Amino acid sequence: MEILEFSWLPALAGGIMIGTASALLMAFNGRVAGISGILGGLLSRWSPDQWWRLTFLLGLVLGGGAAFYWAPEAFIDITENGTMQVLAAGLLVGLGTRIGSGCTSGHGVCGIGRLSIRSLVATLVFVGSGMLTVFFSGGLQ
Amino acid sequence: MIRYSFFSFLSGLLFALGLSVSGMTEPGKVIGFLNITRSWDPSLVFVMGGAVITYFILFRLIHKRSAPLFALQFSIPERKDIDLPLLGGAVLFGIGWGIGGFCPGPALASIFTGKPNVLLFAGSMILGMVIADQLRPLLSGKTKHFLNQGFWKTGNPDKKLEPAQPQPAHPPTAAEL
Repeated sequence: MEILEFSWLPALAGGIMIGTASALLMAFNGRVAGISGILGGLLSRWSPDQWWRLTFLLGLVLGGGAAFYWAPEAFIDITENGTMQVLAAGLLVGLGTRIGSGCTSGHGVCGIGRLSIRSLVATLVFVGSGMLTVFFSGGLQ
Repeated sequence: MIRYSFFSFLSGLLFALGLSVSGMTEPGKVIGFLNITRSWDPSLVFVMGGAVITYFILFRLIHKRSAPLFALQFSIPERKDIDLPLLGGAVLFGIGWGIGGFCPGPALASIFTGKPNVLLFAGSMILGMVIADQLRPLLSGKTKHFLNQGFWKTGNPDKKLEPAQPQPAHPPTAAEL
């Protein structure tokens, strides 16, 4: 696995778009834009006031589809993971984000952006845990 | 309520575009960031930095209002305690993130690529979420009591943000009873 070319401008521009999108959800619907929380909430119970969850996720999936149509190169996967690795990764991400009440968006962006101590700690822990995992699994050369 | 859901659709749309512009829909870039001891890809620092600073500024402006535009109240977590599920969940999530290079947002935004690995990841992630929700009621007796000491949140997470019932200012008088 080779390292991909690093470019800071699209990273920063995309980050500002993510921050703006998250702030819009707070301004419109008064909700934290945490993907695992929005999806998990939808999976655990349904009531008519959950429509905002469904439409947010629909926007996320369709927006990704539109981006893939215009720029398929933004979705290249250079990892060489087999079926079992992908299955384990998905299970761990699903379990971990629900037990830990958040993921990169809910804790990492919205939580730290609100100066939440819980979110700051959670983000440091999952980044650290991710770094250790990549270190011990060999990572990129 | 359905009418107002259109605005969360717009937020989701912009979120997905931001993810793909930033390169976070490429699992290799995420693993490249976590790959700190070898050839490090700092992209994610710029993505997170841009997103956090933007959200920090806009959140302060938005929160000056008494309520959001299309809902009755802001639903903002207020807990400050660092508990076992928060730490343990973050450890598990980090391991999965390091293996797959996907977190929930980019995984869902990549569904239309139709790639088997993306679909498998999204499916097993949803399964993991359902399992996590099923684990909660299974905890019983001492464990549940222990975990309820601020070590595990129970019940509907959205409900805890609602204001408590107003209490009478004085004990009821005999006449009221």
